[in-house]
Amino acid sequence: MATKASRSAARLMISPAVVLLLGWMLVPLSLTIYFSFLRYNLITPGANPFVGWENYYWFLTDPSFKAAMVNTLLLVGGVLLITVVGGILFALLLDQPMWGQGIIRIMAIAPFFVMPTVSGLVWKNMFMNPVNGIFGHIAQGLGVPPIDFFSQIPLLSIILIVSWQWLPFATLILLTALQSLDQEQLEAAEMDGARSLSRFYYIMLPHLARAITVVILIQTIFLLSIFAEILVTTNGGPGVSTTNLTYLIYVSSLLQFDVGIGSAGGVIAIILANIVAIFLMRMIGKNLDA
Amino acid sequence: MARSVTTSRKSFNTIVAGVLGLLMFFPVLWIVILSFKSEGDAIRGPLEILFGSGWTTESYAAVQARSDYFKHFSNSLIISLGSTFLGLLIAIPAAWSMAFVPARRTKDVLMWMLSTKMLPPVGVLVPIYLIFRDLGILDTRTGLVIVLMLINLPIIVWMLYTYFREIPGEILEAARMDGATLREEVIHVLLPMAVPGMASTVLLNIILAWNEAFWTLNLTAAKAAPLTAFIASYSSPEGLFYAKLSAASVMAIAPILIMGWFSQKQLVRGLTFGAVK
Repeated sequence: MATKASRSAARLMISPAVVLLLGWMLVPLSLTIYFSFLRYNLITPGANPFVGWENYYWFLTDPSFKAAMVNTLLLVGGVLLITVVGGILFALLLDQPMWGQGIIRIMAIAPFFVMPTVSGLVWKNMFMNPVNGIFGHIAQGLGVPPIDFFSQIPLLSIILIVSWQWLPFATLILLTALQSLDQEQLEAAEMDGARSLSRFYYIMLPHLARAITVVILIQTIFLLSIFAEILVTTNGGPGVSTTNLTYLIYVSSLLQFDVGIGSAGGVIAIILANIVAIFLMRMIGKNLDA
Repeated sequence: MARSVTTSRKSFNTIVAGVLGLLMFFPVLWIVILSFKSEGDAIRGPLEILFGSGWTTESYAAVQARSDYFKHFSNSLIISLGSTFLGLLIAIPAAWSMAFVPARRTKDVLMWMLSTKMLPPVGVLVPIYLIFRDLGILDTRTGLVIVLMLINLPIIVWMLYTYFREIPGEILEAARMDGATLREEVIHVLLPMAVPGMASTVLLNIILAWNEAFWTLNLTAAKAAPLTAFIASYSSPEGLFYAKLSAASVMAIAPILIMGWFSQKQLVRGLTFGAVK
């Protein structure tokens, strides 16, 4: 039983973390909301009058906003599709008996530890460059015209790079979940004559459902904020074809110095992320009770 | 292990998985190879690179000769270590009290801490940028240590909490019965048992801080820029640079790659907040 003294000591010990995080959350958040209602541009100094919903109006009616939303959805959706499907298949494979499983696993998860600017630049130059990249050389060897990735399929190129980074994450988590599956249950199903496809569908997939949801939610949180990969490869272009919401807000606030519009965009990004976060938090919370 | 597996089946699995694993690893392997080539060789065809050209360490020398490489490396080191240990200092007491003196609200506090992690960085980019500008900590290591500590604090608290909770409370009570003060209890009883968990927490957070590329790119210019920004400066190059970019990249990712391989299990725990075990 905790004593009264240890309770107040506990409160004292927890308070630095709580105060810091509270400040980290509330101060910038309220400033973002406040700025989003001001006409505030760093290039034109002077009064920053209150303009109501004007910034939201400009941000939301800007054609690049619509493009950025579509790009964000395609980027998140595309990467999720590749990493979740690929991750399930890869995890199932790695769960099979084989030699050197440790080494194979180490190789497979390596991309996750590569910093985003490195993966962006390496893929852009060493692989996707139509003249000097490996894909270019292969196309040359086969006698077909090389693909100019970042002008012909810019968004797909980014999706491929980001998928390469996140496939290990999905694989690792799904593999962990798979390894906690009751082997006897599988064996029993096998004895009863269940084929491997139905074993997967009726036993493994339901067991993995929770891990898959976690992978989807956590990746979505991170994928909504993809930034460095776009910055070092396409700068959001050509045009706005690889500009996602995060990049658009970065352009308005730090390149065009429009604090008001950038903040309005920030508020919208926060609302979007929160919709995902609510589901994720609910899942984690449930697990905490168990 | 009751199931027997035929050798041919096992070989088949090994080959398929090995090829796929190698494909995933290939880009990393490739920059290691390119980093030991001359710039002229590094842009040739893959077969010529592998079999028809000599090896050299000149790119490593060239990258290190750039006066600023070491500065960026030490910035990365200071920022990732600094933010991790500062975070640990704040998180240990918090996690300790939540794990051993749980209150009615503990779960809510934990969940709330986690929710701060869900805030998209771009949503607070403008105010943080302006606050940093006004405080004069834009482009300083201090500023980045603070930001990275704050964004990783929820993960540190959460991970430590899950590790601390696995320590049996009876042992702590026994120490208390024997007359140990709170300080002695923490230093002599709790810490030795918690060291493995703390080590993996530290490892994961150094990795996350080292690779963080939103705040480090947006809040630094020249002075405090870590390796993420150094590598990004290669995005608008002049002339031949593949071998140098490879050498710089290898040096930037090698330490983290090695740490990452040691922390595979902790990665799952740390990044899913205990939702997958």
